[in-house]
Formats: sequence, structure tokens, C-alpha cells
Amino acid sequence: MKAFLILEDGTVFTGTSIGSEREVISEIVFNTSMTGYLEVLTDPSYAGQAVVMTYPLIGNYGITPDMESCRARPDGYIVRELSRFPSNFRCEGTIQDFLKEQGIPGIAGIDTRALTKILREKGTMNGMITVNENFDLKEILPKLKEYQVGDVVSKVTCREPYILKGDGPKVALMDFGAKNNIAKSLNKRGCEVKVYPASVSASDIIASKPDGIMLSNGPGDPETCTSIIEEVRKLYQTDIPIFAICLGHQLMALANGAKTYKLKYGHRGGNHPVKDLSNHRVYISSQNHGYAVDAATLDRAVAQEAFVNVNDGTNEGFSYVGKNIFTVQFHPEACPGPQDSGYLFDRFMDMMKGAR
Amino acid sequence: MPRNSKIKKVLVIGSGPIVIGQAAEFDYAGTQACRSLKEEGLEVVLLNSNPATIMTDKDIADRVYIEPLTVEVVEQLILKEKPDSVLPTLGGQAALNLAMELEENGFLRRNNVRLIGTTSETIKKAEDRLEFKTTMEKIGEPCAASLVVESVEEGVKFAEKIGYPVVLRPAYTLGGSGGGIADNRGQLVEILENGLRLSRVGQVLVERCIAGWKEIEYEVMRDSNGNCITVCNMENMDPVGVHTGDSIVVAPSQTLGDKEYQMLRTSALNIISELNITGGCNVQYALHPETFEYCVIEVNPRVSRSSALASKATGYPIAKVAAKIALGYTLDEIKNAVTKKTYASFEPMLDYCVVKIPRLPFDKFISAKRTLTTQMKATGEVMSICDNFEGALMKAVRSLEQHVDSLMSYDYSHLSREELLEELAVVDDLRIFKIAEAIRQGIGYDEIHDISKIDKWFIDKIAVLVEMETRLKSEPLTVRLLKEAKRMEFTDKTIAALTGREESVICSMRYENGITAAYKMVDTCAAEFAAETPYYYSVYGSENEVEQTTGRKKVLVLGSGPIRIGQGIEFDFCSVHCTWAFSKEGYETIIVNNNPETVSTDFDIADKLYFEPLTPEDVKGIVDLEKPDGAVVQFGGQTAIKLTESLMKMGVPILGTSAENVDAAEDRELFDEILEKCGIPRPTGGTVYTAEEAKKVANELGYPVLVRPSYVLGGQGMQIAINDHDIDEFIGIINRIAQDHPILVDKYLQGKEIEVDAVCDGEDILIPGIMEHIERAGIHSGDSISVYPARSISEKTKRTIEDYTKKLARSLHVIGLINIQFIVCKEEVYVIEVNPRSSRTVPYISKVTGIPIVPLATKVIIGGKIKESGYKPGLQPEADYFAVKMPVFSFEKIRGADISLGPEMKSTGECLGIAKTFDEALYKAFLGAGIKLPKHKNMIITVRDEDKDEVVEIGRRFEKIGYRIFATRGTAQAMKAAGVKANAVSKIEQESPNLMDLILGHKIDLIIDTPPQGAERGKDGFVIRRNAIETGVNVLTAIDTARALAESLENTNIRKLTLIDIAKI
Repeated sequence: MKAFLILEDGTVFTGTSIGSEREVISEIVFNTSMTGYLEVLTDPSYAGQAVVMTYPLIGNYGITPDMESCRARPDGYIVRELSRFPSNFRCEGTIQDFLKEQGIPGIAGIDTRALTKILREKGTMNGMITVNENFDLKEILPKLKEYQVGDVVSKVTCREPYILKGDGPKVALMDFGAKNNIAKSLNKRGCEVKVYPASVSASDIIASKPDGIMLSNGPGDPETCTSIIEEVRKLYQTDIPIFAICLGHQLMALANGAKTYKLKYGHRGGNHPVKDLSNHRVYISSQNHGYAVDAATLDRAVAQEAFVNVNDGTNEGFSYVGKNIFTVQFHPEACPGPQDSGYLFDRFMDMMKGAR
Repeated sequence: MPRNSKIKKVLVIGSGPIVIGQAAEFDYAGTQACRSLKEEGLEVVLLNSNPATIMTDKDIADRVYIEPLTVEVVEQLILKEKPDSVLPTLGGQAALNLAMELEENGFLRRNNVRLIGTTSETIKKAEDRLEFKTTMEKIGEPCAASLVVESVEEGVKFAEKIGYPVVLRPAYTLGGSGGGIADNRGQLVEILENGLRLSRVGQVLVERCIAGWKEIEYEVMRDSNGNCITVCNMENMDPVGVHTGDSIVVAPSQTLGDKEYQMLRTSALNIISELNITGGCNVQYALHPETFEYCVIEVNPRVSRSSALASKATGYPIAKVAAKIALGYTLDEIKNAVTKKTYASFEPMLDYCVVKIPRLPFDKFISAKRTLTTQMKATGEVMSICDNFEGALMKAVRSLEQHVDSLMSYDYSHLSREELLEELAVVDDLRIFKIAEAIRQGIGYDEIHDISKIDKWFIDKIAVLVEMETRLKSEPLTVRLLKEAKRMEFTDKTIAALTGREESVICSMRYENGITAAYKMVDTCAAEFAAETPYYYSVYGSENEVEQTTGRKKVLVLGSGPIRIGQGIEFDFCSVHCTWAFSKEGYETIIVNNNPETVSTDFDIADKLYFEPLTPEDVKGIVDLEKPDGAVVQFGGQTAIKLTESLMKMGVPILGTSAENVDAAEDRELFDEILEKCGIPRPTGGTVYTAEEAKKVANELGYPVLVRPSYVLGGQGMQIAINDHDIDEFIGIINRIAQDHPILVDKYLQGKEIEVDAVCDGEDILIPGIMEHIERAGIHSGDSISVYPARSISEKTKRTIEDYTKKLARSLHVIGLINIQFIVCKEEVYVIEVNPRSSRTVPYISKVTGIPIVPLATKVIIGGKIKESGYKPGLQPEADYFAVKMPVFSFEKIRGADISLGPEMKSTGECLGIAKTFDEALYKAFLGAGIKLPKHKNMIITVRDEDKDEVVEIGRRFEKIGYRIFATRGTAQAMKAAGVKANAVSKIEQESPNLMDLILGHKIDLIIDTPPQGAERGKDGFVIRRNAIETGVNVLTAIDTARALAESLENTNIRKLTLIDIAKI
């Protein structure tokens, strides 16, 4: 069946429908990873967005157990070509079936490179995926302009707290839409990880006396998470070691008076170089964010910039002065992407041991 | 870290002559690195024995030495030039080995010269088997378990420990004979017993069998600050067991999930860090197809063939970055030359798929085994880029120029199911065609996979292509179907054949419906950043993104495609120089080529690079878009010449010599007319199509005669026939591929072979110099030792040659380059071949005369005159030194190939010897070709009857140098009769000690073996030559080469060579 991708600027791409035939309006973003399409598809940070894969051959190894959450998360999925015959020893099914089961609408067979160039030049914009051939642009475009990602954290956070058993330090993980591998990375290092819904109060966390607090990644505009920011501020004021990733990093900065802003087209992929300013080492990182912290707006007495992006100089992390707190914009938990910055979990472990 | 300011003068070592396994990729890497060093204001001294390279140009380095790559030469060069640093990581294994020797003998330390780009500890850790194993164990990276055993019990014990199957490799046997794979104890005992007996030292290596595992490679970079990145990973379609150089390779990997991808990537970074490499490195893995288990197969601590491929596949200039790292820069300080916005410290992301297919030389070595093993056999490769795998595979297949343009090009439809299954089990270069046939016959993926071990994802992709064949055959050709077929890169010709239409009908249908190729950019970053480097590939069903350029005049330069015997790196040299020359004249330059190993496909050589097959249809897409003002075909070898007619039909003017005149040189009748008009003699002959006609002509001329197809490369299919039987056999071989053009039968003249390259502007000619072959006519010019200036012809003959060249060039209206081969019998000069285009000898003669003939030819092509060039027209004055071009062969790599020389070219590369005296030049050339004598001072002589008189004198000279001569009975008798001491030995079928025992005893330096002429060559001789080659003995099969070697050995001393800076010529 034919499907159409209609962009806010009036551009229309015609392709083939994949997954659900449901019509969807969403923010359109692109990801440049060449492997890990399943991790991308199940990353809760894509809530409210339709993701374009720039690598043209998707689904080659089918569906494996490598899910970063229990279900598919983006609102839509845009690819050049889906493999009809996946091949891998762990393959459990095809991506076509997965998208259908998960009710994710998508479009295949379009020039994803041309689409990516539009997003690069004009910036991230909204769009609609539809199978309705009789669409009317006059009617649709205003709707597209209106669309806002809105409060998506509440949609993707866990409903109830749960625990990953371990006999090491106790970590409280605030789930803003956490990828599984954050908890796993801590658990693998022996931590007992208690995962809390995003709505948890700081006092509940503090009362559980954790050895460390982990603030997770998550979707949407960080500035709209006003109540969470309040709770994070309270956590900042404790002496409990805190490690924050992505949205968590942004929320901690906002809690300390910094400003965030929307990047033109974000950083999504597995090849972003970040420089550790303490030793000038460059690590290749996995990234997925549309907003960034304006480092100039955070008081240097509060936090020192710890990482920057080598490509565009944007902020990639802070080390909080006089605190056992460090935060990064990128994803040390990888999945998908390079594992080069996994050592940051070790650093967090050391921090927790030191504080004990 | 900023660059190390102590580095001011760097010696860069190249990789030497092109041989299988070490080819043009090092010219590409070396050239890129030298340019990168010069960009930093450093003084670059270059050493490479290969004159056909671009890196040995004075534009590339400040001082250029085309000298043999030996320790003695490097030492003398360092003493002479006093560089402060040596960069050895860009010249392949050859350069790395030299650097190690200089480090180990303390020379570098004594002379305060530092090794940059790597340290000797790193090289040792990566190259030494034991140290490598220990290092890998230390960091927990698995290697395939192996052990050398001396008894069956030991072997069984070890095999039981590591698990079956195991590979058994007896030490010191010929070509791995006696080895094999054992699946169980019974097989192990049987093979091991035999192997231990066959091994000269009674040892067999027992190794965990990883054949059939996925073969995955990573290209990694690291700087002195410890920053690491992977440039690219690649997956071999052919599983472990086939050398990666002979495998179909795809980038990025297709069947690996992120888990496997990152697991191996992390391993590669751990390895490069532990080895402390600063620069580029290649890590090869075997990955179990059904678990996460993997083994490190090999690490190359330098740039390699794979890194050239990775550079072209991603746009990331590995060699350039490696050179900057060697100077001390870190990755985050080096700009990404493609985006110019980001830095070298990132990982390229592809939004397309790359397929590489090796170019194997089995069309040259008909007797050779086609089987692919861990010994690389390919002479070159092609690469293609597309946004789908099917399309990339189809484009790569037709780029090979082996008369293949689809998966139907080899027909296996006559095979029964059983026969086909048997064929599938043969691991050779035709596997994809057999798999396609298996799918056509309905054999399941599982069965194909079980036999071939090729991942089912790839098998399915071949099935997709086969299904399209079926649809085109059975369904009506709708616009939609045509679109789908074009997306998979079916050519119009193939679609026409399948749908029973004319190619022109398909072509029109395409244009009427707007189905044309779009061009996309290779930008290293999947469109995330705007890129400025115009490096393009075509794809159907997408939007074009090439910017229309106007203003300057535009020239299309057609490259020479994959490197093969007969069309090597020389043509890339010509293409690149022509591009540069056009650029200097203010033209916008566009290169089309498909060879990832070459300089011409580096993204900053031309204004635009199209990485595309060199077929009329593919070129037309580019022409439609770019609308060039003209095309040059005379620099791209036969590949480009073949496109002439099509280009003219597209309305593209051919710059330089016109197509009719190119034809006139190839068309026998037209050419005869011209010769007659000019009063130039040629050997008599005729044109034929069938064996009957050929025999008639041959008998009229009288045997021996030369038989060859017209329009060929490197004398392909050319043979000397001595009787009717030979004619039948040779014509049969030639006609295995349908001939569009007649076959030529000429009287074979035995005389001095002379060659000239000349530039002609339509009026005047310029001949940089006359070259003379050491071997008499009958041996392909590419396989002959060539000497400049010609030594043994008279001044009068030289003038005749100049006169004939001028007459011919003018009559053929040559504008640009012409190459002519002559035979001189006494004072009589005959023309045997005229090629109105650039030739193999162009780089060589340019370098040794210092006359830049490609730029001169380019100037002439756009209307310049020789008179205005600063050179006096005619034959240029001779240099006051000698230059010898020596062919280099790769026979030991191709099992079953006959090494005897004849009219068909067999060499893969060449090296140069240049010196004040002829003897020294010749000695250097032999040295450069790897003939390092004397060692044991034992030699074998066995020659055909015609050569017996001549060989006696040669034997006498070797005896004088101190050689002990062994000879077969007839030869020995002839020698003894003339007073030369020779020990008679039995032929190989006779009892020991026979010839074979001597050869296998590793005590022989040299064999002179001239095979009888004609098809009936002795089987014996063939076996002797093969075995000698495989044991590393030098074999000369032409009497003239042997004489030359004797002469050079008589008069030279390796310690007293004078080195010549050719940049000063």
C-alpha cells in the first residue's frame, strides 16, 4: 500500500506503508546509526517523534532480544528499505511483523537521504505519515505546525517502582524513559537498582537511603518537566552521589539555573566525538538528544563543563563543584553504539564507594 | 598535541613493484601521505623501486629515489640524505620489514634517525606470531588455538582439547600438500600420519578450524593521546577460508547486530591501544555464525589494501590522517577533509552500501586453479556504491570487465542438480553465478548455505536478483517493473535480453518515463553535515544531488578500471597526470573510475569524482548530467579506449586522436595501407576468423607465426604457433570468447625489440627516448627487460625509428600519445604494433628522461604545439645514464600457472634500476625485482635444443663467478663439450637424486629453463618451474635474461651503488 510522508514545509514523500496503517503526526528526526535499529525502535527517548534511519538497509538481522524497553517507542518509522529476509542466529522475527504488532505506522521506499538533508538544512520539523491518498495539504499543514511533542515523560516512565537485585551499592534510578541498559550497566557492576517512576518525590528517594542516584535519559523538552526539576533540585542538595544521563543531565542543569535550547536538528547516532576536558581524550559516543544545555548559563561556581562535542562545541557534560555529581549528555550505556564511555559507570561506582 | 617540530625531513618508503597482495593501494596511500607531509612544510625524501607509481613523481616528493628496496640501499640513502625520520607504515609489508631490519641492526639509532608512525615494539608485537599471541592473551582477546606437534599422540591430545574440526598444516611441504581439515579422531590420525611423513622437519601445525565463520574486518585509527576511532567495518561475503583480498566484501557489515558490531569494535580498539599503534591499523576477525564467539585472525599495524578500500568506501582519508598522526597531531586537531566542518575524530556513517569484488587473473593463467584459498590471487579489485546491496553487487560485477554484466553471465543451466551441488562446493571466483543458478533450479537457501557457508542474507539478495530476471522474462514490461529492475542496477542490455527487445528500446522507454540515474554524495556522515567534497555514486529511484557546474570548460577523464595483468597502475599514473594537466589549463575535471586502490579515485584529484562502472550506459548517465565539453580516452588504457565509440554517439567530442584513427591502427587493412603509403615494412601476415583460414595464412607465411586477437590488452591470447596443431589450439582459446574483431596471423620475426612513446601534435613529434628490450622478440613487451637508452642499435637505426614514428604519428593524425613497437633485424626496422594512446612505459620513460610527457600530451590535446613547449621536436638527446625497467611476477601466488614467458603478458609489476653504467643499472633492477644473488652459488640449467649453443657461454660466465652448475643430460653434454663444468642430473620422473630433489633441497639459487616453443611444451619443464617458484627459487625462462643477469653479477657490488635523485633529472 502507498504511504505518504508530509512535512510541515509542504514537502511530500511517496513510499510504501510499513507497520500500522494508522495516520500519525509527529516530530521528524533522523538517526545515523548503521546497526542497532531495534535499540533505536525501543528507546523511550523517541516518544513523540518519528525516526528516519539514514542507513538504507534496515531489518537485516531481524528482531533479537536487544530491546531497550518493553515496546516500540517512536510514533513513526521511516526507512529506505526493510530487509525481507533477516538473518542472524538470534533472530526471532521480522521487523515488518514487529512494527505491525507494535502498531507503529511507517513508510519505506523513500529517499531518506533527501529527507535527512531537508531536516539538516531547515531543522527538525513536524510531519505526518498517512496512507490516505486524498490528503489535502491546506488542511494538514496547519495541523502539523500546531503539533507539539508535549509531556511524553509521563507516557514512557514505569508505572510502579521495581528492583533489580544486587549485593553492591543501592542505586535509585529515576526513570524518565530509561533505556534498559542503564539499569543493567549498574546491575552488572553489582548494584541493586530500584527504578522509580518519574513522578517519585525526592523525599521518597532520600528516605530509601540509596548509595547513589541515577537520573535517566528521556524524551521531550526538558524545560516542560517543571515538577521533576523541583525534585531534582532537592536531590542536588543532598550529599548522595548522582550520575545523570541525557534528559537527566539537562534536568540537573535546569535545577541549577541553567537554560536549555533546541538544537537545529539534534544529535542522533553512534559516531559523536566528545572530549573529556579533564584529560583531552576524545571518546566516540552514542547520542540521542534534540535539546542541549547552554553551558554559559550555568554558574561556573556550581558546575564545570566536563565534556564538549568535538563537532559543534555543544555541551556534553558537567561536573558539579563540591558535589559528588556528574552528568553527561551522551549515552555511556550505548545500546546502540560505541561502548567507549562505559567507564563512566565505573566512575560512578567509585564515587559511591568513596561516599560510603 | 601540536606537531612535533623536530621532524623536518622525512624518508617515506614505498612498497616496491606491484605483486599480488601488495599493489596500487600503497601508491594511493603513499601519495596521499606525501602530499599530507608536504602540506605541513616538511621535506620529503621518497624511496620506491616502482617507476609506474605516482608517489615517485617529483611533484609528490622533494627527492625521489627509484632504487631497490634493500637494507643496503636504505642505509646508503639515509647517509646521503640525512633525514631525521623514517615513515615506514605506508609502504606495505615491504617497507615495514625494511624498517624492522634497520631498527634491529641498530642503524637508525646510530644515525639518530627516528621511526615515525609506529615503533619497532609495535611491529614486533603485531607481526611476530608468538609475541602477538602472548599480547592477545594478555588482554583477553582470543586467537584460534594452535600448536606445532611432532607426533600423532600429541596432535590427538591437542585436538581433543580445542575441539574438532581442526586444520592441519605440515611444515615445509610444497603448497600445503599433506594438510587438510579433520572432523574427528579417525580423520585426524590419517591426515596427521601422512603430514608428519611429508613434512621435511616432521612437524605439523594443528589449529582450531574456523573455516566457515564470518570474516569481519575493522579499520581503526589511534593517535598519540590514545584517542581511537574505527573508520569502517567490513563483512566478507565469503566466509573464513578465502583471503579477504579474494573475497567479495561489503561495507558496512550487513548481518551483524549492534551487539556483535560493538563487541568486535571494542575488541579492535583494545587491540590497537595495547599494541600502542599511532596511525592506522587493520584487524581481522572470525566470528562464529551462531554464537558470540570470535577469534582475532590478523592485525596489520599499517595502512593496507583494506584501509584503501575503507577510505574509498567512507571518504575518510586514512593515509592522510595516519601521516598527520605520525607528525604528532591528535585526531581532534585534524580537520575532516570531506566536510571541512568536523574533525578526524569521529566515525564515518554510511548511508549506502559498498561492494568490492576482486579481479582475478584466471583469464591470463588458463592452466591455473581457480580455487580461492587463504593465499591471495587477485591482481586488483573493483568497488561499487549503491543504496541497496543488489544494485551495488550488479554494478561491481559489470565493473570487472570480464565479459560479465549480470548473474547470468556464466551459464550453469546445463548442470543437473547433483552436478550443481558439487560445483557449489568448489570455492572459486564463480560462486555467485553458481548460487544464482542454484536458486533458479529451486535449491533452498539452507542447502546452499550448508555447502557454501555464505550467510543466507546474501543468498536471499542473489535470489532477489534472480526473481527479477524471472519477472523480466515472464511479465509485461511495465514502467513500474522497469523502475524496479533499474533500482537493482540491471543494465538496459540485460533487460533487453530478458524481455526480448532491443537495448535502444529499453533506453528510450527509460528516458520517456524519466527513469535515469541520480547521483548522491559520499560525505562520511550520512548527510548529517553539509560536505564539500564532490565524490559521487549513482542510484535509481532517488533525487539527484550533484550540483550543476558551469563556467569553466569541462573534461571527462575515463579511468582504467581494475588492475589486471596487462593494464596496471601505469594507466592510473597517466589518468591522474592528465587530470592535473587539464586542471592547470583551467578546465573543470571529472574522473570516472571504479578502482578503490588507486590515486585517481582519491577525492581531491579531480574537481569531481564519479565512482562508477566504466560501461557506456553508466558513463552516459554522467554525460547527461555533466554535459562535458570533451572526453579523453587515451590515458585510461583499453578500458577507456573501448568507450570511444559510445562517447561519440552521446555527442561527446573525443579530445586528442580521433576514433577513426584509433581504429586505423587496429584495423589490419587500413593500417597496411598507411604503412605502405609511408614505406614502412611490417612482418607479413593476414587477418582471419577461423582456424582453417589461420592455417592457410600460416602455411603461406611459413612457421613460426604469431597469432593474436585484435583489440586486446597485454597480448592477451597472443601465442607463437609452430605448426597446424598449435593454430587449432590457440584459435580455440581465442574464440572461447566471441570476437567482434578478426584474429591476426603474422610471420614471427626474431630480432631486437624496440619501443618508443611519442607525443604528436599533428605536425611535430617528440620522442623522449628509445627503449630496447633485452629479450628478443617473442616475449611480451611488458615481460621484457627494457633498457633506456637503447644500447645495441646503430645511430642510423635510431634515425630510422624517429623517421618511422613521425610518419606513422602524422599519418594516423595522432594528437597526443602514441606507442610503437619495432623489430630490428640487422639494420632493417619493422613495425609490429602501434597504439595511438598512452602505454605501460609512459611513467618509466617520463621519469628517466625527466620529460613530463603526459602533461605535454594533454597540452597538445587542447591545441598546444610541441614547438611552444620548450622542447625541440624529434628524438630528444640521450641521458648520460642507463635506466632498466624489470618485470616482476607473482607466479608463486597462482598455483598451476605456467611461468614461462611468451607473447602473452604475465608480469604484475615492474621495478627500475638507474645508474651511470649499464651493468649497475641492470644489477639494481635485478635487485629491485627480488633476485638477490649469489646465495648458495648452485644453479640448474636445462634448455631447449635451439638455446644450447648460447647457454654454454652463459654457463661459462656463471662458472667464473663461482657457480656450481647442474644440468639435464643434453644440456650438460653440450657444456662439457665446450669445457664448462656441469653436473648431469636426472629429469624428474627418473630416480633420485633428480632435479626435483635439488630444488626441494633449498640449495639452488637459480634455474635457467627455456621451454620449447609451441603448444607442446614439456610437462616436465612445467612441473620443474612450478616447484621452483613455490620453493622460492629464481627461474629465468629466456636465454637473454640469463645472459643479462650473468653480466650484471660480473660487474657489480651491492655495497657500492650510487643513488640517483630522479627529481633532479
